[in-house]
Amino acid sequence: MSTLTPVLSAHWDESDSFTIAGYKRHGGYDALAKALKSTPDEIIALVKESGLRGRGGAGFPTGNKWSFIPQGDNKAHYLVVNADESEPGTCKDMPLLMANPHSLIEGIIIGSYAIRANHSFIYLRGEVVHVYRRVQKAIEDAYAAGLLGKNILGSGFDLELTLHAGAGAYICGEETALLDSLEGFRGQPRLRPPFPAIAGLYAMPTVVNNVESIASVPSIISNGVEWFQAMGTEKSKGYTLYSLSGHVAHPGQFEAPLGITLRELLELAGGVRAGHQLKFWTPGGSSTPMFTAEHLDVLLDDEGVSAAGSMLGTKALQIFDETTCVVRAVLRWVEFYKHESCGKCTPCREGTWWLVQIMKDLEAGKGTEADLTKLLDLCDNIAGRSFCALADGAVAPIISSLKYFRDEYIQHLNQGGCPFDPIASTLFETAGA
Amino acid sequence: MTPEQAVTAVETVTAVIDGVEVTVPKGTLIIRAAEQLGVEIPRFCDHPLLSPAGACRQCLVDVEINGRAFPKPQASCTMPVENGMVVKTQLTSPVAAKAQEGIMEFLLINHPLDCPVCDKGGECPLQNQAMSAGRPESRFEGTKRTFEKPIHISSQVLLDRERCVLCARCTRFSNEIAGDPFITLNERGALQQVGIYENDPFESYYSGNTVQICPVGALTGTSYRFRARPFDLVSVNSACEHCASGCDLRTDIRRDKTLRRLAGDDPEVNQEWNCDKGRWAFKYLTSRERVKHPLVRGADGELHEASWPEAIAAAAAGLKGKRVGVLTGGRLTHEDAYGYSKFARVALGTNDIDFRARPHSDEERDFLAAVVTDLKTTYADIDKADQVVLVDFEPEEESPIVFLRIYRHVRKRGLAVTSNAPLSSRGSKKLNAKLIKNLSELSGLTTQSVILIGERAAETAGILSAAYEIAQSTGAKLAWIPRRAGERGALAAGAIGNLLPGNRPVADTSARVDVQSAWGVSDLPSQLGRSTSEILEALGDESLDAILLGGVDPMDISADALNKLLNTFVVSLEISHSSVTAIADVVLPVAAVVEKSGSYLDWRGVARRFDKGVDDADLRSDLRILSILADEIGKPINLPSITAAAAEIESLGAWDGAKVSFTRRAAAPASTDEFTLVSWRFLLDLGSLQQGETNLAGTAKKARAHISAATAAKLGVTEEDSVVISTDRGSIELPVSIREIADNLVWVPRNSEGSQVIPSLGFTSGAVKVAKR
Repeated sequence: MSTLTPVLSAHWDESDSFTIAGYKRHGGYDALAKALKSTPDEIIALVKESGLRGRGGAGFPTGNKWSFIPQGDNKAHYLVVNADESEPGTCKDMPLLMANPHSLIEGIIIGSYAIRANHSFIYLRGEVVHVYRRVQKAIEDAYAAGLLGKNILGSGFDLELTLHAGAGAYICGEETALLDSLEGFRGQPRLRPPFPAIAGLYAMPTVVNNVESIASVPSIISNGVEWFQAMGTEKSKGYTLYSLSGHVAHPGQFEAPLGITLRELLELAGGVRAGHQLKFWTPGGSSTPMFTAEHLDVLLDDEGVSAAGSMLGTKALQIFDETTCVVRAVLRWVEFYKHESCGKCTPCREGTWWLVQIMKDLEAGKGTEADLTKLLDLCDNIAGRSFCALADGAVAPIISSLKYFRDEYIQHLNQGGCPFDPIASTLFETAGA
Repeated sequence: MTPEQAVTAVETVTAVIDGVEVTVPKGTLIIRAAEQLGVEIPRFCDHPLLSPAGACRQCLVDVEINGRAFPKPQASCTMPVENGMVVKTQLTSPVAAKAQEGIMEFLLINHPLDCPVCDKGGECPLQNQAMSAGRPESRFEGTKRTFEKPIHISSQVLLDRERCVLCARCTRFSNEIAGDPFITLNERGALQQVGIYENDPFESYYSGNTVQICPVGALTGTSYRFRARPFDLVSVNSACEHCASGCDLRTDIRRDKTLRRLAGDDPEVNQEWNCDKGRWAFKYLTSRERVKHPLVRGADGELHEASWPEAIAAAAAGLKGKRVGVLTGGRLTHEDAYGYSKFARVALGTNDIDFRARPHSDEERDFLAAVVTDLKTTYADIDKADQVVLVDFEPEEESPIVFLRIYRHVRKRGLAVTSNAPLSSRGSKKLNAKLIKNLSELSGLTTQSVILIGERAAETAGILSAAYEIAQSTGAKLAWIPRRAGERGALAAGAIGNLLPGNRPVADTSARVDVQSAWGVSDLPSQLGRSTSEILEALGDESLDAILLGGVDPMDISADALNKLLNTFVVSLEISHSSVTAIADVVLPVAAVVEKSGSYLDWRGVARRFDKGVDDADLRSDLRILSILADEIGKPINLPSITAAAAEIESLGAWDGAKVSFTRRAAAPASTDEFTLVSWRFLLDLGSLQQGETNLAGTAKKARAHISAATAAKLGVTEEDSVVISTDRGSIELPVSIREIADNLVWVPRNSEGSQVIPSLGFTSGAVKVAKR
């Protein structure tokens, strides 16, 4: 039985957790001082050895990504933090930045030092103005404390940190679209190669990392590789933030070792809302194929979730109980992807436009079983055919819901409408709940 | 392998596509390697001259490298071929075929399928590839995205957003090739659309190319919209008559009427591009102002329509045995210019012929004969150049395809450009050109450098001499790029007073004997001919009796040129009615570019041939008319056809004897005037061959007077004000533009709306008064 292992979230309950004083009270910025005594290559090696994998969804080893940056090339290097958290269900980076922004700033300084970057950027989702203000203040405080700017802690290392607010586009969470947006262009994914490690921001070698990945680095420096590796599974080391939302008694962020199961997390979260049963859930946000109650014991690490046919993603577990119409939920998601499709490539742009129309008809009970076949065929023509992974995310809920709940679609068709009372699934509805 | 071979040897890679091995240069994209095998992978966003986008996803194929297959089909337009690659296209991979069919279905769901009323219908890549790669029937039963149809993104380009497949060819072209990023993709998802900037209209000289490369009917040209179906058109190969760049064109004609022109594909010259003037300025062909029948001035002093025999007789009577000058404008083909050249020498017995209907000098005439006739510089030299020097030459305005070639290398490899000019034009800024005021400031020239001299160099004494000297001392390659299409051909044809055809010096006895024997005449005039200005002077002082004009606008030469023609016998061979035909004694209508065949010599001296596309018995080439006229005069030139002229030019060949010598001229002294006018022409202006094309004119740059900030302060004007620029002859009034320019200079466009400097001020450069309006 796994338990919680709060690291990043350990002091979120303290009233000043987001200040330098609050952060330092628990050893904050000690890792930085330690790191600056090592060489950059030693830090890269350490992070590599720890087995830290990207926490933004793809799970790429962070240390490897850093080591791709060519060294001694006399070019400017950049570390860009992807804080464009926008996926339905995903809610870990924003609370982390609200409650513990200095863990990110400390991680950025260490990461920049490791990849020899003297300018770093945080690309923050545009809508979260409160988070923007908090991070901005944290950066100002870090500058004032000599943690940013020239000659950090007397080490001779200089770093400028810029906070940039996006304009509200999900696609800008895709790293090359993010870079385009950061450069002032419309956010659309770039053709790769060249990869950002060779030609990223302003065509210079660039590392793009998720907030949580970078924020995890100081704890590894402070506590050591063995401490980190003691948590997690064979290939997915360490702790991470699982976000539970939806029909769950106590939603929120649960910091636990990788490889915990939903069953365990639900116990920690007080279970599915009282009087109801789990119907389906997403392991890592709306773009990861959904699971059902039969997957309660799937190990929530990259390998475990993949083996079960989905992706760990951002570990955003959205819990839906039996009051939820899966067709309706999927339609909402697909509408999101249609709205967020950047328009660059055909299958995503046109495909999501079409999928929404079909899903709307299906929810209204219009159509025949042949439409389900057509829907799956369209998903097949979209998945893996688009320029970036956005469209793969758009079709994932459709394919997976048809896999587990085909009967429910047919029920809509037979009945000529939705068999569910949408009010019953709302959290504010107590009568039906 | 010798070191030279090692440098030129191309590294190749070998892969298997659809079971067939193919070896291609490293870096070749799969889609192009497949083409070499005759496998056509459907595509929309892909264009060989644009950077890969991978946006439309139509060209998906299955790829494996050294036995490892990609899990998903890959865009063949973005992936270079590698050794050990096995590619399966739609022909051999069901996955690729289904992927392509799926993409095509998606492309069509929001496409209006208004093919029956779409200009692109019948020549549409979407239509064609929907047939080859699409499903027989759509499964889409929903609601299509709709937009207002069409919107003007400029006066000459219309955008139908419903039809757009968002391939970004147009935006990439504008950005990468033309350097005019005036259009961009806006919005997102299915609402993404091509848009223009609020304050910057799509006024690019190259905008027509976006219409040509649009793979659907989203971008259409205003002047062609709803005019024809592609299958009703007859296409002929043609060459552009508008400048000396030498563009290959395709002219589409329906029932003897030119309806549109497209850029042809010549990798050595225009690649697949042309400029908007070349594309759209052809309305003069069908203008009401065309001269359709010969005209002869009667006893009543009025011009009357006449039969050809009458007109020829009248012209012959006025020219026979007289002292006649011949002026040919810049529109003549090589063959026609040859006709004038021979006509002047044989039928009129004179060397008083000059093709330079523009400001000119003796220094220039010597330079043309001594230097230009030998120049072999080409576009390939620009490709290899380490530096390009522009001498009194604005390529974007005066030879736009030369501009594209230079821009390509500025963008691709930071080619250094230096421009001898009074101010930095928009074109210069795009080329990131370093401005110099004097050629002595040049440095770092090598044998790899290219010096491009414009025709305006003749307007400042000593410039041609200095440029020639620099080229001689550094080994830099030299080119002379006139603005008009016909000038280099006219030079080669000897339509100038110091040369006979084939660069033979008039003053050289053996050169004359050469030509005499070829022409079968016993004698050729040996005295050097008069220049354009001297011919006009001679008409004034009656040392000439008559003049033969072929497509000359006197206002291109000087303000009083027309007056000089008033009291003399004038024979005018013209396309359209003009100030010259109005005062001529005999007007003979001639065929224009698609109404005859022929060739222009572009700035490289290379022939650009065009075919006849329109058969109009009333319209003969200049050459044919001159031949008839010579017969009537009794001194035949025996050039009944373009073919005969071409054969005679060919057999005469080029002179290999001694050249005209070029003596260095001193530089003009610096001006001490308070204000000196400087000017050049905009590409789109009031030029006679642009008449009638209002859509094109809508994108012409607006005339403004460019002055320095100090001058503006001195005159008390801002960019909100206008200034009056005046001479004794007249004045022009223009709004002010404050630029980096010497305080004693004022720049205006030479022949634009509101700014026609020769008629208004009397010259193209000289002392003027400038005052606040």
